[in-house]
Amino acid sequence: MAEVAIRATGLTKWFGEGETRTVAVNDVSFEAYFGEMLFVVGPSGSGKTTMLSMVSGILRPNAGKVEIEGKDIWSLSTNQIAEFRLAKLGFVFQDYHLFPRLTTVENVAIPLILQRRNWNEALAEARRDLKIVGLENRAELPPVKLSGGEQQRVAIARALVSRPDILILDEPTASLDGDTGRSILHFVRDEVLTDKRCIIIITHDPRIFEFANRIMNMEDGKLTNIEMVGGKAQGVAHET
Amino acid sequence: MFGILRIAYKLLVNDRAKFAALLVGITFAVFLMIQMTSLFAGVLNRASATVINIGAPIWVMDPAVQTVANTIPMPDFVLDEVRSIPGVNYAVPLFSGSGLAKLHDGTYQAVSILGLDDSSLFGRPHLLNGNIEDIFAENGFIVVKDSEFPKLENPKMGTEFELNDHRSKIVGIAEVATSGLFGIPTLYTTYNRARQYLPNPRFTISYILVEPKTATDVAPIAKKIQSMGYLALTKDQFMDKISNFYMYQTGLGVNLFLMTIISFIVGLSISGQTFYTFIIENLEKFGALKAIGAKSSELVSMILFQATFTAMTGFGLGIGLCAALIWLARLRLPDYAAIITYWNIGLAFIMVVVIAAVSSYVGVRKVLRIEPFDIFRG
Repeated sequence: MAEVAIRATGLTKWFGEGETRTVAVNDVSFEAYFGEMLFVVGPSGSGKTTMLSMVSGILRPNAGKVEIEGKDIWSLSTNQIAEFRLAKLGFVFQDYHLFPRLTTVENVAIPLILQRRNWNEALAEARRDLKIVGLENRAELPPVKLSGGEQQRVAIARALVSRPDILILDEPTASLDGDTGRSILHFVRDEVLTDKRCIIIITHDPRIFEFANRIMNMEDGKLTNIEMVGGKAQGVAHET
Repeated sequence: MFGILRIAYKLLVNDRAKFAALLVGITFAVFLMIQMTSLFAGVLNRASATVINIGAPIWVMDPAVQTVANTIPMPDFVLDEVRSIPGVNYAVPLFSGSGLAKLHDGTYQAVSILGLDDSSLFGRPHLLNGNIEDIFAENGFIVVKDSEFPKLENPKMGTEFELNDHRSKIVGIAEVATSGLFGIPTLYTTYNRARQYLPNPRFTISYILVEPKTATDVAPIAKKIQSMGYLALTKDQFMDKISNFYMYQTGLGVNLFLMTIISFIVGLSISGQTFYTFIIENLEKFGALKAIGAKSSELVSMILFQATFTAMTGFGLGIGLCAALIWLARLRLPDYAAIITYWNIGLAFIMVVVIAAVSSYVGVRKVLRIEPFDIFRG
């Protein structure tokens, strides 16, 4: 059996108080494993992003517990959570959030620089990861000179450069055409996913469901079901 | 931390339009602040030119004197009385007045005349040409070669002209530390010749210059002179008195103060607004950094570094621009009264620090409030 990367128990989050109180995530529990690509799907407003924000130490839950590699992250201080995220998690945001005033390689090096690594070493490692994503010849260009698919790959390289155990991708194909989106997912599945890495993808896009090992459906803040998909599972096969 | 600051630096300078706008704002503000205050410092320095050039440690005068040019003559017995005060090493009279020199083309030129004590010539200027003893020669005057010198048609050794209808002759050409405020040439002669050449009332001593035996004698001497009904001020006190007069009783100080404040507000507005826009445009990126794992303290240090770097660069450029303008102005206007002092620079520095602090405060508040969740949510 594969090792548990994330264990979420009874996660609940609401916004507002009294009559305006809205429950965004309601008592969600699940586990994510190393070696799998777990998709979180559901309609807009179903609580996917809120749930993953709590899982990744970005948004404090009102109730529940999140354990990453056995550590209860919400028992840590704010700075400790930031350090934990930097060391263990990699993020690919929906809008990429690349710095337009930095070169591509500098953008990729940011997590290493935040880890206080030497500037030149960080850039050397970033170049190595740009090569992995096939953009070594774009290293000195600003991100605005790259296509959407290339920017997505830069964002993935940035998320990977510090070698995190868990990678979270938010709507990775939302602003890409079908072919580019699929090529990105191929790349993530074939090059990024390893037995020692867990990848969680938030998506609306049914065209890429085939890449998932498991799909977690959410609706109205609740986890409705987790289903197995055929995809190339590298480590796990858990039944719902 | 160096790498984080390097990112901050690149984010700032690579946004050339905003960086240029920030620099222009701060440079312009510093330029105006230093220009205004240096102009004022120059005016004050020149207003105290005689005090600086004569260099006496203690100046005795009528209490109603406001500036060195506004003399109220004292009777001779005051000099004797001052000389008899314990702690006085020596005391000499100084005549300060103005006359009219008739130039060779028939026009008149106002001149400032300083009459030095005949026996000691205390306060004599440094001679470029001539011999100081020649001041005792018949009709002898020493002319100061400063920016006003050409107004006397660039006199040479031996040049003669009429001064208050008396024949006078240049026996020396001198230099002094500071030119006067009123844009007229300065002549030195002996105290007694000055009295002869210039119309004067019953009393003729403009100032009594005192050298105390020791520094501790200054206070008792001043007290004794006060009891005589006169005022004794050290060189610095007299300069302060003159400065205060121009600052508070002429409107000059208030106007320059207002201009300095306006410059500060202009600089604060331009740089504050531009920096705020810069932060707002990068706010999501700062939020992304927070989500990736940057601590709030690191983001704050990035913003503080950007504000400080911009402020210090603008500060340096502003000082350079001001110095260049003064230099250029002096090429055309040799008596342009502006000097950049440490005080001017210090004041401008404090104001720039305030501009940087206010600008970055707004940015820091924004960045501290941004939630990575908002970035995640898109």
